[in-house]
Amino acid sequence: MNLDDKLSPVVKNLAPSGIRRFFDLVSQNPNAISLGVGEPDFTTPWHVRDTAITSLETGQTSYTSNQGMPELISQICRYLADRYELSYTNNEIMVTFGASEAIDLAFRAILAPGDEVLVPEPCYVSYTPCVELAGGKSVPVPTHARHGFKLNVDELKKRVTPRTKALIVNYPNNPTGAIMTREDWLPIAKWVKQRGILIISDEVYSELTYKGHHVSIASLPDMKEQVILINGFSKAFAMTGWRIGYAAAPGPLLQGMLKIHQYTALCAPITSQIAALEALRNGLTECEAMVSQYDRRRRLVVKAFQDLGLPCHEPKGAFYVFPSISVTGMDAQTFAERLLIEEEVAVVPGDVFGSNGAGHIRCSYATSIEKLEKAFSRMERFLKRHRKAGSTGTAIQTHGA
Amino acid sequence: MNCSLQQEVLSLLNENAKLSADKIAIMLGESKDTIETLISELEETGTLLKYKAVVNWQKAGIQKVSALIDVKVTPQQGFGFDALARRIYQFPEVRSVYLMSGAYDLSVAIEVDTLESVGRFVSQKLAPLDSVVGTTTHFVMKKYKEDGIILDDPEQDQRLVITP
Ligand SMILES: Cc1ncc(COP(=O)(O)O)c(C=O)c1O
Repeated sequence: MNLDDKLSPVVKNLAPSGIRRFFDLVSQNPNAISLGVGEPDFTTPWHVRDTAITSLETGQTSYTSNQGMPELISQICRYLADRYELSYTNNEIMVTFGASEAIDLAFRAILAPGDEVLVPEPCYVSYTPCVELAGGKSVPVPTHARHGFKLNVDELKKRVTPRTKALIVNYPNNPTGAIMTREDWLPIAKWVKQRGILIISDEVYSELTYKGHHVSIASLPDMKEQVILINGFSKAFAMTGWRIGYAAAPGPLLQGMLKIHQYTALCAPITSQIAALEALRNGLTECEAMVSQYDRRRRLVVKAFQDLGLPCHEPKGAFYVFPSISVTGMDAQTFAERLLIEEEVAVVPGDVFGSNGAGHIRCSYATSIEKLEKAFSRMERFLKRHRKAGSTGTAIQTHGA
Repeated sequence: MNCSLQQEVLSLLNENAKLSADKIAIMLGESKDTIETLISELEETGTLLKYKAVVNWQKAGIQKVSALIDVKVTPQQGFGFDALARRIYQFPEVRSVYLMSGAYDLSVAIEVDTLESVGRFVSQKLAPLDSVVGTTTHFVMKKYKEDGIILDDPEQDQRLVITP
């Protein structure tokens, strides 16, 4: 029996993850310094872990309501109001297995076969597969280094069709570190309103905003009713392994997502919900301390890439930089592979985040300053050897951020 | 001088005394000159006292004996806690001296090479001081964390090497 034939065509045709291939390569190289890690290098604040331990000791090991623990939902409500000027009610919020589950639920709840979703690229690797698994069609929308990888309404207009159901946005952005200000959002909001397109807004990096304050698209006038807002605890509170996040959306959309969640997940793990509640109640100080550490590293890393002569826009959110490596004449895959083999530094080739990530690499600065500095001195050696013929001697110069 | 900048510079150096003014300037988005000037000022005013390493002597194979000594004191006319503390902290084996609330008055931490030296210090140097009325010596059996730094080997980074 050929078991491959038993797989659903959608699953069979799902593109293999570009990250996966690179992961295998890096795993064979235990001494590599990895700038490829998309999660905080901090551990969850101790009081959060301690609260979870106590909850286990006192036997809190049951299911919770499908939607999530009421105390947690109320706390999320308050948090969204305090931090981002968002006014959701308790019945517009649900707790999920990380932002990841919420992304999947959002697409499954709204997409009919053939519906299209506008996906700005480069972007987080899950969006297109989740759209396809939900029977939809992903329509890539390029964002450009020259715009600081911000979303541009003209690019959206070129790709909209009568089948366009939704637009997914992710700011602060993985992999580019781009953010969107209120002014940046205004034309997008206006257009989306006009067209009646839903927005799925993945804001997992909202707390990791370094210049100014994060602006949620859902906080713009009249936008809330067509936004599914997704956030989580992974990045803000260094809680990736707890698998806990949430979605906020107007009643009918949230009910749709909840319907799927109750049959496929039942509820998010209670220990993680208790920990998340503690993080929101008492963890914002630690969150701010982590953010200020990321910010310092961010400045070091941007400066280092400038000194290396790799043009790099200034990332204002998340913990990634996305420099261009085209001065080397190598494509991103070759660059990343050679850098790994020759200098034992792992970065992620930009094209795994969408074809217009080509010519870039993603470097995470969720790594200690000591490791970052070591990685940069290795990269400097590497670039000295591999500067494109003809640009020798001129490639190492400062490019504006 | 900008107070929060001062605080940021101090906390960076407190965490890593090896950071150069150059690196600090980049990390805080300031000019190198600003940071260098600020650091000299902080050094001159004695706000930045010293740059030193935290050493795990045990790893280096060097035995050190540490003890915490509770000291009970009767302050005498014209010779208060401060004066006594000053006499005690002059001894090179003394690592720290604190005035305490509660059951005793001064807490004195010492670090020496041998067990006997602890005894000698207490009986020959500390106890004979005029206003000292009693001492209780506690030996440190194992150090887990020193100056905010955990002495156990750091845990391996458990994160996967590449994640999306
Ligand atoms: C943009 C983006 N969305 C979602 C996630 C997944 O987050 P969670 O751990 O909450 O599932 C990640 C994790 O890397 C991410 O980068």
